[in-house]
Amino acid sequence: MGSHRRRVPNSPRKRLITTMAKQLSSPNRTRPGLFQKELIGTAIRESFIKLNPTVLIKNPVMFTVEVGTLIMVLVTAYIAFTGDTTQGSLAYNLSITFILFVTVLFANFAEAIAEARGKAQAESLRKTRQETPAKVIRSAGEYKLDERSDNLVQTISSAQLKKGDVFLCEAGDIIPSDGEIIEGLATIDESAITGESAPVIREAGGDKSSVTGGTKVLSDRIKVMVTTQPGESFLDKMIALVEGATRQKTPNEIALTILLAGFTLIFIIVCVALKPFADYANTPITIAALISLFVCLIPTTIGGLLSAIGIAGMDRALQANVIAKSGRAVETAGDVDTLLLDKTGTITIGNRKATNFYPAPGVSQADMVRASALSSLADETPEGKSIVELARSGDWGADVTRNLSTTGATLIKFTAETRSSGIDLPLTGQATGQLLRIRKGAVDSIRAIVQRAGNPFPTEIETKANEIAANGGTPLVVTENEVVKGVVELQDIIKPGISERFDRLRKMGVKTVMVTGDNPLTAKFIAGKAGVDDFIAEAKPEDKMNYIRREQTGGKLVAMMGDGTNDAPALAQADVGVAMNSGTQAAKEAGNMVDLDNDPTKLIEVVEIGKQLLITRGTLTTFSIANDVAKYFAIVPALFTLSIPALQALNIMGLHSPESAILSAVIFNAIIIPLLIPLALRGVEYKPIGASALLRRNLFIYGLGGIAAPFVGIKLIDLAVGLFI
Amino acid sequence: MTTEWMGVIVTYGITVLLAIPLGKFLAKVFKDEPNAFDFMKPLERLIYRLGGIDPGREMNWKENLVALLTINALWLVYAFVLLLTQGSLPLNPDGNPSQTPDLAFNTAISFLINCNLQHYSGESGVTYLTQLGVLMFLQFVSAATGIAAAVLLFRSFMPKPVETVGNFYVLFVKSITRVLLPFSLVVATILAFNGTPASFDGKDTLVTMQDDTVGVSRGPAAGFIAIKHLGTNGGGWFGTNSAHPLENPNYLTNMVEMIAQVVIPIAMIFALGFFINRKRFAWIIYGVMTVGLLMLLVPTLVTELGGNPAIAQMGIGQPTGAMEGKEVRFGPLASAYWSIVTTVISTGSVNSMHDSSMAMSGTMELLGMMVNAFYGGVGAGLLNFYYFLIIAVFISGLMVGRTPELFGRKVEAREIKIASIVALLSAFLVKGGTALAAWFFIHYGDASWAVKPSAWLNNPGFHGFTEMLYEITSSNANNGSGFEGLGDNNFFWNYATGIVLIMGRYIPIIGPVAIAGLLARKKYVPESAGTLPVDTPTFGLMIFAVIFIITALSFFPALALGPLAEYFSLK
Repeated sequence: MGSHRRRVPNSPRKRLITTMAKQLSSPNRTRPGLFQKELIGTAIRESFIKLNPTVLIKNPVMFTVEVGTLIMVLVTAYIAFTGDTTQGSLAYNLSITFILFVTVLFANFAEAIAEARGKAQAESLRKTRQETPAKVIRSAGEYKLDERSDNLVQTISSAQLKKGDVFLCEAGDIIPSDGEIIEGLATIDESAITGESAPVIREAGGDKSSVTGGTKVLSDRIKVMVTTQPGESFLDKMIALVEGATRQKTPNEIALTILLAGFTLIFIIVCVALKPFADYANTPITIAALISLFVCLIPTTIGGLLSAIGIAGMDRALQANVIAKSGRAVETAGDVDTLLLDKTGTITIGNRKATNFYPAPGVSQADMVRASALSSLADETPEGKSIVELARSGDWGADVTRNLSTTGATLIKFTAETRSSGIDLPLTGQATGQLLRIRKGAVDSIRAIVQRAGNPFPTEIETKANEIAANGGTPLVVTENEVVKGVVELQDIIKPGISERFDRLRKMGVKTVMVTGDNPLTAKFIAGKAGVDDFIAEAKPEDKMNYIRREQTGGKLVAMMGDGTNDAPALAQADVGVAMNSGTQAAKEAGNMVDLDNDPTKLIEVVEIGKQLLITRGTLTTFSIANDVAKYFAIVPALFTLSIPALQALNIMGLHSPESAILSAVIFNAIIIPLLIPLALRGVEYKPIGASALLRRNLFIYGLGGIAAPFVGIKLIDLAVGLFI
Repeated sequence: MTTEWMGVIVTYGITVLLAIPLGKFLAKVFKDEPNAFDFMKPLERLIYRLGGIDPGREMNWKENLVALLTINALWLVYAFVLLLTQGSLPLNPDGNPSQTPDLAFNTAISFLINCNLQHYSGESGVTYLTQLGVLMFLQFVSAATGIAAAVLLFRSFMPKPVETVGNFYVLFVKSITRVLLPFSLVVATILAFNGTPASFDGKDTLVTMQDDTVGVSRGPAAGFIAIKHLGTNGGGWFGTNSAHPLENPNYLTNMVEMIAQVVIPIAMIFALGFFINRKRFAWIIYGVMTVGLLMLLVPTLVTELGGNPAIAQMGIGQPTGAMEGKEVRFGPLASAYWSIVTTVISTGSVNSMHDSSMAMSGTMELLGMMVNAFYGGVGAGLLNFYYFLIIAVFISGLMVGRTPELFGRKVEAREIKIASIVALLSAFLVKGGTALAAWFFIHYGDASWAVKPSAWLNNPGFHGFTEMLYEITSSNANNGSGFEGLGDNNFFWNYATGIVLIMGRYIPIIGPVAIAGLLARKKYVPESAGTLPVDTPTFGLMIFAVIFIITALSFFPALALGPLAEYFSLK
């Protein structure tokens, strides 16, 4: 809301705002395609590097496949050298070995391509971090921004900046490091980070003091203090996360890995036990067949795609321009029960606009409008400007706003405590030396001021104010020297389509809470109109905190978005705290995600990304395990039909021969991995149709589909393989 | 034929009608609410005082498990010693000998853990003292152990974080005084009035129409047979179990025994519903289990009624169905129904010889034991179902995009680890045990044991394989029924099954109780629209799919080589 106590005519803002308006243009960013050529090259190279068993052992499922491949290499070599064909022909064993090897490669490729995409994304961010000259100011205290005492400035490389250093940035400079403005104000082009080409204003003090390395100063000069050690900024952390170097498995991922390892162990037992069973049945089983059965049964599909899914989740967050500090944060977002949203900018478009002036009894319309305009003339908040705009619209008589001047006036800043603002205007003529105190503010705060001065607070104004509030407007009472002049009506404009989004959230099971400084009546009206579930009116920072605590005591997970230093404790308390990139350093430290776009509705997207991540894992696990049914029907008859012809009845797919059946099953098992890579990277779509319906849907597609798909796939492959055998 | 079908349907109908009010009663007993058996309080107080138990003390899951395991260990020692020395102890009118150490080990364990594998025959292998003082005693306490352990799970479903899950001793004592003891009296009385002996006299003799003099074993059997079924123990007084005319004299006793063995397992499901006040959830569990039962039962009924295709090929009509190994007084349907009921729950008593069941029926019997959670043994059924439930909750939770939770408690890595281990265990014990047996049979057929491995099997081929698979599966499921073609009273089988019995019993108790204990103390998250409700048919389908997939994947190859190969060969 407020601006600062300073000499009004010197405000550089007006100039800035016009520059900004000229530069406004629609953002145009392109998402990278799923498989870009250069990425595939890197990914293929990486797939081979990842064959290193010490790396692969982190993925127990694929590690066992690699061990199986090695055994097959030995068997094949043995056949090649001795010509002994009791284990099957050389060509057959060679094919099996090759397919198993390819299976491991495919799984590695899935992970590598996800990493490569993340890296490419990160790289484009990193480009902004390339070494840039930094104008370090030694003995920062002595340096005055407007005096240009350049002898104190020394140009070094950005890499040499340390935490606590202060540097200078002027129009045209690339900001060398993340930091906080300690003096000055500037327009900054952040398109390198956000893709949004409209420049933004950053200034010392307040909640918009943060600057990001790699962004460009367009006008003015600022003194910035470095807030992070090099290599430890959020962006550095995010790059490390998507590159996989520091990626830690999330709790759900760990639990799933354990379950998959459990399945793998079951199938080890099944396959080992099969040997004595076969001995009993007098059936020789080749090593190739046993290993093929094992590899087909263990959940290689999900095992191969698991880490790719995780990386892709982070990557999707990054594509949404959200920097998550950990994978865990993204996953937690999917579990969020309660969402705290600021009204302004999220639920309503920008800010409230003045729509009407209501004078107090005995006050003329012109007098009232004039007072209102004066109170806001120096007020740079959107509300203030809208009051001036409305006053000048001509509906109140052309001369009302003529000759308005604020020369020599002192601006009284809005604070959360006084909840009023205005100006002290020195009078001219007879009354020189006296001040005209014009104030505007919320009903209760103005009433307090008026009554403290011993003046009455008209009941008509009280009634009008309530009426405005009940219709979703905000009443602002205007006083002149503690006498009520009238009330200004401000109205909110609710964003189109926002209630549908809240509806969607409600279906996801997420409760939305609107946080606003408005009075309860207004808040209730807007809450009802926008369709949020609850609201906090006349919110002070600690109210947010208390609300979060109360929800958490009830076992709920809470997400919130914030930017101010005031928000930092609540951001830290919330399970998912998204700080705006424009926010203060304290806010960014406290949250576990940073939104580069400063878009308050981003929380909704983050929740969906979190859910998608879990759904993709769950559905592909189901698919992978359901596949085993068909594989059993392919391989078990193949193993035993020669000695137990009756078991041919189990060959319900009518596969060509035992060899072709086993080959087809292994081939299907291998190629399903790359076929599912696009799904793993894009994520399975989340539909807010209620948990039971979603489960039914996913069980049908991935469970039933998982049973049916390999029957068709293996049969088709068998038809092809049958041509060669 | 209609009468036979009606017999099966009426038997099942009565069971469910009894199980619902019994479940309500059980919930009251376990919740300490006023109930009809409060007159037992003085007796219970006496037991608490004698045992030094503080009935008001709530224990956490670890303390409860320590209590359970310690007291079980004591009983094991007691049973082992008495069986080893029974020959020289009183109440032995028939002069039966003491058991060999390997047999005593196997018998003691198998009764302790509610399996009743019985590698001996009741008429000659035990005395009246050990029948009553050891075996019947263990039938009571093992059933009560299972019930008490299952009730320890209930707290993890309640919407309040708690450190404690209940008091095992109290639940155990009440299970006996208020459930097993009184209901056994009722069943025993019905049996005694229908001809089951209840006498301490030794063998009687009778002269057959062929003028042969035959010794007929007797004994105080009626009470034993009652708890054998109510406690899903299954160990018979006589060698041929409930196929014996004195153990199961007529169709009425057959119905009573069939009802008695299923009623508590079903009632436990409803007890859970009443206890946590979520009757819908109980109905979903009941539905899943009943669908499972039907999928095993219907093919068995149809197959047995259809007769043996090998006999049909000889041109012999089989108007009464497949009669080999069955009692004429029960017929194929009542026998088929019994054979499935006794394998899905862990009773393992038989009224026909499973070795003679058709191959398809054998498959279904095996599957019933492999799943071991369609109703399941008293308490044990819910314990087994619980880990399937945890895995189902986990996978479906992921599928709807939320960290999986069961009744407001997050299911995380630790719980999944335990559930995976328990799920793994069945596969490991059954496949490992059978593989080991097959290995000895093939490669060490001449090992110098009392019964050479090569002489184990009555039938070679697929059926012989099934005999071995069945024995190990039955041990792992704590079932106790057998494909009696197997020569099992010897060194290998006594010890191998003994070890499988212990692991197959205690790990599926320890695992679920530990999970419940871990969950019970977790933060409770109230359900929202995003939470996956577990009391819907959709989720029921999910649990069923998990049970089906885990069982099928673990056992398909073994089933294919045994009963399925036999089935397809006969066709």
